[in-house]
Amino acid sequence: MKILVGLKRVVDYTVRVQVKPDGSGVAIDGVKMSINPFDEIALEEALRLREAGKATEVIVVSIGQQTSMQQIDTGLAMGANRGILVKTDKPIQPLTAARVLAKLVEKEQPGLVILGKQAIDDDNSQTAQMLAALIDRPQATFASKVEVDGNVARVTREVDVGLETLEVDLPAVISVDLRLNTPRFIKLPDIMKAKAKPRETLELASLGVESGDHLAATHYAPPAKRQKGVVVKDVPELIGALKAKGLL
Amino acid sequence: MSKILIIAEHLNGQLNQSTAKCVSCASKIAGASIDIVVLAADPAPIAAQAAAIAGVSRVRTIANAANANAIAAIYAPQVVAIASDYTHVFGASTTVGKDLMPRIAALLGVSQLSDIMAADDAHTFKRPIYAGNAIVTVKAPAGQIVVATVRAASFAAAGGGGNATIEAAAVAVALPTHTRYVNLQQGGGDRPDLQTARIVVSGGRALGSADAFKLIYDFADKLKAGVGASRAAVDSGYAPNDMQVGQTGKIIAPELYVAVGISGAIQHLTGIKDAGTIVAINKDAEAPIFEVADIGLVADLFKAVPEIMAAL
Repeated sequence: MKILVGLKRVVDYTVRVQVKPDGSGVAIDGVKMSINPFDEIALEEALRLREAGKATEVIVVSIGQQTSMQQIDTGLAMGANRGILVKTDKPIQPLTAARVLAKLVEKEQPGLVILGKQAIDDDNSQTAQMLAALIDRPQATFASKVEVDGNVARVTREVDVGLETLEVDLPAVISVDLRLNTPRFIKLPDIMKAKAKPRETLELASLGVESGDHLAATHYAPPAKRQKGVVVKDVPELIGALKAKGLL
Repeated sequence: MSKILIIAEHLNGQLNQSTAKCVSCASKIAGASIDIVVLAADPAPIAAQAAAIAGVSRVRTIANAANANAIAAIYAPQVVAIASDYTHVFGASTTVGKDLMPRIAALLGVSQLSDIMAADDAHTFKRPIYAGNAIVTVKAPAGQIVVATVRAASFAAAGGGGNATIEAAAVAVALPTHTRYVNLQQGGGDRPDLQTARIVVSGGRALGSADAFKLIYDFADKLKAGVGASRAAVDSGYAPNDMQVGQTGKIIAPELYVAVGISGAIQHLTGIKDAGTIVAINKDAEAPIFEVADIGLVADLFKAVPEIMAAL
């Protein structure tokens, strides 16, 4: 069984993003870029499934500019077998990403597609669900545990009220949550070994995908600030302040 | 005129409060008529609760044994079957809504808006990106159905006293069998639900251990509060995952939020920015949580919390 894993190039999670003063976007020129942390967890899970003998090949896919090849390089160094870069110069929205992935699913016929539950730039949390809809297959989102047994996956999901377990027939799409696993560190020999791994570049335009970029971002603003309140000196004063607000 | 369909969220026969918050969001769109659809094995008791929400014109029910649990692959084609009657389809930005709504949008061939926190007009919405570091205004195309998840914490629940008509929707679509519900392990026990509680007490990394975190439960019980935790506390194993408050966990808006031993990373602050009053107890006077707290107390939590409990 093949596993397809999506890797999105995003602003590194340690960068505090600022809105441009003219409201035209966020200032991200020259900041550190990394694999979306949820996607790293997706890749780690795919690698563990391969190491457990449940899968034979892990393919990493990124959609973006040539610079996204860096994220594929990292994915290959982590242990993926090969990489596919779907090249496009403009940022794409989740529906387009899902349509691109659907094309690759048709071509590669993976048993599982594992994606991050959301990207930490747009915070959309849509691509996995959209892909599952487009290929008319099961989805198991926000996974905190994945067990594959033959043609079935048992997935425990982090839901608002606790943990829900679903059983899905393969092929299926899984989106992963934070605590599914801890991604491995890359060692120098892994980077050297990854240099020889196959990398394929496809032009997005060549895939015949209809654009799903329907939404227009018209303005960006910093979040409304809460007013800084008072600092009380001790517990009696705290209780007094809460009583004064009618909260106790 | 906008015709808005809201998907009811429910569990064990009880309508989730997020549904009334979606109604509140929809009612911001001038002249909108609002319907709610209830998919369930036995929709009647839930439909009755939905019909009582002020501002709702009609509640439509889709009864099917397969609808006993909210499985996106099963719900989505049924919602799509009635979507052509509407200009908008909204669901709450809960794990149920986030799972379902993109599947509906993709089947309809349209984009989806996630986590809308304001509706400026029928096609213009605001939503947070970069963990709440920026708010983007997004325009959806006028000629397309708008599918969106609503950030429930940004809206007050619509009131009661409504009297919507309830009718069964005739839906005949083939439902997949490739996705099967196994079980649900519910956390929380008897405490108020974190997402709807009037008061929430959250603990952070400073608690130092799962044993010490019991202090937070005791404090919450004293206040009849729900219990939350920072990502650091959850990652350290002090509290279960479903208690995490923040951009990647739960986004909440209680009347009173008490942050105990939480430094206040931006992801956490995004999850509580709509809270009524924020109280912070932390021994580090420089902690970012004090920048947003209405009332701050610089103190050792292990001394301050028992002292507060004794005084209540």
